[in-house]
Amino acid sequence: MLLYALKRLIYVLPVAVGVSIVCFMLVHIAPGDPLISVLPPDASADLREQIRRAYGFDKPLPVQYFIWLGNVMQGDFGTSIATGRAVAEELAKAVGNTLMLSVVATIIGFVLGCLFGFVAGFFRDTAVDKIASFISVIGVSVPHYWLGMVLVIIFSVQLNWLPATGAGPGGSGVWEWDWAHVRHLILPAVTMSVIPMGIVARTVRALVADILSQEFVQGLKAKGLFDRGVLRHVVKNAAPTALAVMGLQLGYLLGGSILIETVFSWPGTGFLLGQAIFQRDIPLLQGVILVLAMFFVFLNLAVDVMQSALDPRVQRS
Amino acid sequence: MTEKDHPLVRIRDLKVRFKGARDVFAVNGVSFDLPPGRVLGILGESGSGKSVTLKTLLRLLPEKRTDIGGVVEVEGRDVLALEGRALADHRGGVVSMIFQDPMLALDPVYTIGEQIAESVERHEGLDRKSAMKRALDMLERVRIPSPERRLKAYPHEISGGMRQRAMIALALACRPKLLLADEPTTALDATVQMQILLLLRELQKEFGMGVIFVTHDIGVAVEVCDEIAVMYAGEFVETGTVRDIIRNPKHPYTKGLLAANLHGAEKGHRLDAIPGAPPPLDVAPTSCSFAPRCAHATDRCRTAKPPAVALGPGRLVRCVLAEEGAAAA
Ligand SMILES: Nc1ncnc2c1ncn2[C@@H]1O[C@H](COP(=O)(O)OP(=O)(O)OP(=O)(O)O)[C@@H](O)[C@H]1O
Ligand code: SF4
Ligand SMILES: [Mg+2]
Repeated sequence: MLLYALKRLIYVLPVAVGVSIVCFMLVHIAPGDPLISVLPPDASADLREQIRRAYGFDKPLPVQYFIWLGNVMQGDFGTSIATGRAVAEELAKAVGNTLMLSVVATIIGFVLGCLFGFVAGFFRDTAVDKIASFISVIGVSVPHYWLGMVLVIIFSVQLNWLPATGAGPGGSGVWEWDWAHVRHLILPAVTMSVIPMGIVARTVRALVADILSQEFVQGLKAKGLFDRGVLRHVVKNAAPTALAVMGLQLGYLLGGSILIETVFSWPGTGFLLGQAIFQRDIPLLQGVILVLAMFFVFLNLAVDVMQSALDPRVQRS
Repeated sequence: MTEKDHPLVRIRDLKVRFKGARDVFAVNGVSFDLPPGRVLGILGESGSGKSVTLKTLLRLLPEKRTDIGGVVEVEGRDVLALEGRALADHRGGVVSMIFQDPMLALDPVYTIGEQIAESVERHEGLDRKSAMKRALDMLERVRIPSPERRLKAYPHEISGGMRQRAMIALALACRPKLLLADEPTTALDATVQMQILLLLRELQKEFGMGVIFVTHDIGVAVEVCDEIAVMYAGEFVETGTVRDIIRNPKHPYTKGLLAANLHGAEKGHRLDAIPGAPPPLDVAPTSCSFAPRCAHATDRCRTAKPPAVALGPGRLVRCVLAEEGAAAA
């Protein structure tokens, strides 16, 4: 098992390096002079050159890359051009907020998705299935920034039950589970959970239907198991795939939270990413993208290892 | 049970129809008795309704899409009326089944031991530890090498022959009175096939079980069965002892099967050497289903169902020729 995990890790390393190169190159791919936002419009050529050297832009690209990579490895992502604060500091808070939001949303989505998926799969082609499938189709197809706004209108504006924006006291809810923070979490998390809910429900429904059509289910009935006994087997057969889908969904949510974080002014990476783009804050942009991409890469790795740990059919030689 | 001497299985005029876009009349009036401890072979080509007949005995057919008519009794109990707990006790406790491909019939994510133990826990209320001991004991009885290790193996980790042995161990773990075997050796190599047949025969004697053994292969049927029923298009067209069927076949279909098997020298050869194809089963038969392929067919065969001619106890032939023969005798 450990060996398998190590092997997978080795496969992942080139991907990680590739991602870091792309992030690094962002500065040079982005149109326009990256210094334009720090320099006054009427800066002299001298000052321009001085700043250029200060940021290391005068060195050859590969050298710049290794310097940058070395710094990143030590947790130094540079300084935000817009705020002048360390990128690492901004990132730490934002990543925490996004992680919390995505994890909660994924858990809600997974639980509901499994529920709907199992019910739909077990009662395939009945009214119950139609209803559960309808909900999951809505889940994947409704634009969630729109859903977010609808929820805000209902629960914040009309009923005044929950706050519409922010993350609560201190502007950050990182792993704070008191009500003052949690009430801020509810609307964005529910909004965000809709997509994984739909996808998990669809996957689980298909899985359950497929498993139930397999001959071994007849074998289980033939040995006299009650329905709940059969259900246990179905769950164990479906679990590795369902959990893998959940892990991947978490990855998508981590990277794709811009719209929701913007709608709810949630101080996470999506929000930060939006800021970085609008303010042409390249070091911040690099940092956010690198961290999100790495999360995605290593989450995939974790999902893969977990799946093979859970599923005896996967060869682990 | 009120009577002491009913047969283990009593089936009368069993009819099974699958409803759907196209109906399938899979079984069309099957009747037979199986005394305890006897082995009945059902012989017939693909689609003749062999598996459906077996599954009826365990009520494994999809409830909503299936119409089942007639009488199905095991130890005098009406199988078609079983519900809930009684049905679950019947399955695996009184009647067990082994399937053609044990790879498909075992759950891929549970170990062999867990799957056997689960059945024992369910039927005999043993705890996991004693149930596992029973599982180990069963693996020894079916002579799986290094049984302790196989107990913890997943189905894909052992060979096909061993999987079928494990399936047999599972089926017999709760000492059923009746074992249904649906082509249990078709998926195996010839040598392994022989070993499994011998094992089944031995365990059948040891446990004193009744067995219904479905196969395509006359050679296999001769090896393990006491009686044989030849099935065609959802009907038993001829029944008798192995000796009756082999030495003195009466029905043209049985004769065709035997001839095909003799000429197609090697054993294990499928029953497809008779020209023509079995009839579509989308309507209930109103004439002899074999008539389109029969060299002796007359207008009478094509307009009415041939009578079931009894030539002795357990000896039945569904053909006008047999009637003439019986009348002449
Ligand atoms: N669940 C089902 N729904 C609809 N039709 C079915 C179902 N099960 C079996 N049938 C049909 O019933 C007929 C008899 O099938 P059965 O499986 O009993 O054949 P068989 O004699 O076992 O053949 P084989 O040797 O191929 O296993 C076939 O036409 C089959 O298509
Ligand atoms: S009843 Fe007629 S058609 Fe059918 S098998 Fe006998 S002779 Fe052939
Ligand atoms: Mg079959």
